[in-house]
Amino acid sequence: MTDAATAPLSRAAYLRSAAVAMGGGLIKAFNANKTSWVGLGGFLIVVLLAVLAPAIAPYDPLDQNILYRLKPPSAEHWLGTDFYGRDTLSRILWGARISLAIGLIAIGSAMVIGTLIGMVAGYYGGRTDIIVMQVMDVLLAFPSLILGLIVVAMLGPSIANLVIAIALTAVPPFARIARAPTIAVKNREFIEAGRALGYSDLRLMFGHILPNIAPEILVMGSLWLATAIRVEASLAFIGLGVSPPTATWGGMIREGFENILDSFWLALFPSLAILVVVFALNLLGDGLRDAIDPRLRGEE
Amino acid sequence: MTAFVLKRLGFAVITLFAVLTIVFFIVRVLPGDPAMAILGDQASQAALNALRARLGLDQPLYVQYLQFLGGVVVGDWGVSMVSGRPVIQEILKVLPATLELTFVSLVLGAAVGIPLGVWSAVRRNKLPDYITRMASLLGLSFPAFVSAVLLLIVFAIQLRWFPVISSGQGTTLSDRLRDLALPAVNLGLIMAAYITRVSRSAMLEVLNQDYVRTAHAKGLAFATIIWRHCLRNALIPVVTVVGLYLGILIGNSVLTEIVFNRPGLGKLIIGALNQRDYTMLQGMMVIYTLIVVLVNLITDLTYGLIDPRIKYS
Repeated sequence: MTDAATAPLSRAAYLRSAAVAMGGGLIKAFNANKTSWVGLGGFLIVVLLAVLAPAIAPYDPLDQNILYRLKPPSAEHWLGTDFYGRDTLSRILWGARISLAIGLIAIGSAMVIGTLIGMVAGYYGGRTDIIVMQVMDVLLAFPSLILGLIVVAMLGPSIANLVIAIALTAVPPFARIARAPTIAVKNREFIEAGRALGYSDLRLMFGHILPNIAPEILVMGSLWLATAIRVEASLAFIGLGVSPPTATWGGMIREGFENILDSFWLALFPSLAILVVVFALNLLGDGLRDAIDPRLRGEE
Repeated sequence: MTAFVLKRLGFAVITLFAVLTIVFFIVRVLPGDPAMAILGDQASQAALNALRARLGLDQPLYVQYLQFLGGVVVGDWGVSMVSGRPVIQEILKVLPATLELTFVSLVLGAAVGIPLGVWSAVRRNKLPDYITRMASLLGLSFPAFVSAVLLLIVFAIQLRWFPVISSGQGTTLSDRLRDLALPAVNLGLIMAAYITRVSRSAMLEVLNQDYVRTAHAKGLAFATIIWRHCLRNALIPVVTVVGLYLGILIGNSVLTEIVFNRPGLGKLIIGALNQRDYTMLQGMMVIYTLIVVLVNLITDLTYGLIDPRIKYS
């Protein structure tokens, strides 16, 4: 009896159409604000350099050479050498791997956990909502650098602990961001229709609400990735980064800062590296947010 | 009005209580034995026990918790495990320096950010708008210590206009201003970047309102419309966001104080972390929480001053 037109979409077909819709939305958002492309390009270049670091770095980032200490930029060492004669360019390339890895893992987990919390709070409403969001607000009230500082200081500076500290400070904002659109979407007709068809809460949340709020969450993800890289560098600068001699940007600035009076370029180049990544991510996220934000839509 | 203030006050007290509880358990539950941290791992068991008794660490957890809460209320925040002086005295000694820095930066940030945001909104999608937007985006991409280091390289090391190390102890006004200048500019410009963006989007929303068109139609001067009619309405989101950015401001002030070697809460907390001064850390978290909760309360109450239409209910 059922012909093709009235048959319910198969699961695969449904997922495909949802993915196409989401991807199309994102591409439209990109085109609405050209600076997003610039930001994405800048970020991808940094990712590429980080991935290729073992192949393209001119020296071993840990190789010490006492004869070439604190040398200014030259033909052999494009960005100079540090206190132990290590090549600054190579250390910046390798440091990118640490910054990106910590940022991506921390924000990835915060995004998943925060979105789940926000969706559950928004979807069920009532007392669950009040209690959960109150806890999030209390966490949010605490300055994130101070919270990160204390967690890392207590647990010890390792990549895993840095990820935990940064993710912890980023969960509440994602919960907030996921909650509002969940509340807006859950009363729309298509969700009611789904409920009438007897779909489970889980299916509604993940199959129908999540695709609707995903673009917004991804955009916030890019902005928070920028923040995470900034916080990781800040912690390393304070002395709570991945332990030396591993190259990290914040750690390099910390070491450069000790020689700032005679060799200021040591602190300068890693500073610029951080600035480039964070600025690229902010350009990307900011442009996309303008395009996606319904309050700004239809303007221009 | 009274009911509203009481409600906000009640919420502030609950938040404070919740954070204090978290702080207490973070400091207690995380690994590391304070007594061993002070005496070193070579210390005898008897010495460790004596110190634990003196610090109250041998009491059951709930007794310690109640003592901690009671202490916070009456201003007894324990003694520093390193210097032996009362925690609250050490904090109050450096608090004015940090408050001075953050207050001046906030004023600077508003003085630069609000006019820039308004200008950018009025010239929307024109060159000034693009430049302002890019500049503010760049501004908030700076980790505070990076901008601080760059300022130090340019103005203190290359140009020698300011001292590389500010003592923060200057007695004359000009000394104090010289010490304050670079750190305040550093924090102020980052705040300005945030404030510019919020002012711009708040102004954009207001500029499209009907009453603005009416004001234009009845021939009011452009400047009057912008500054008297639009800005006043745009200020509410700005104030809210400034309240929200307080956490960023506090984090940035820590980094700024370290780079410029300025006495303040930032240097105190780093010292406490390095020396594992648990009571001091606990006190620092209490003071940070107090500041955050207090500022949020003030932010909420300020709305009424800016916009008399807001009914507190």
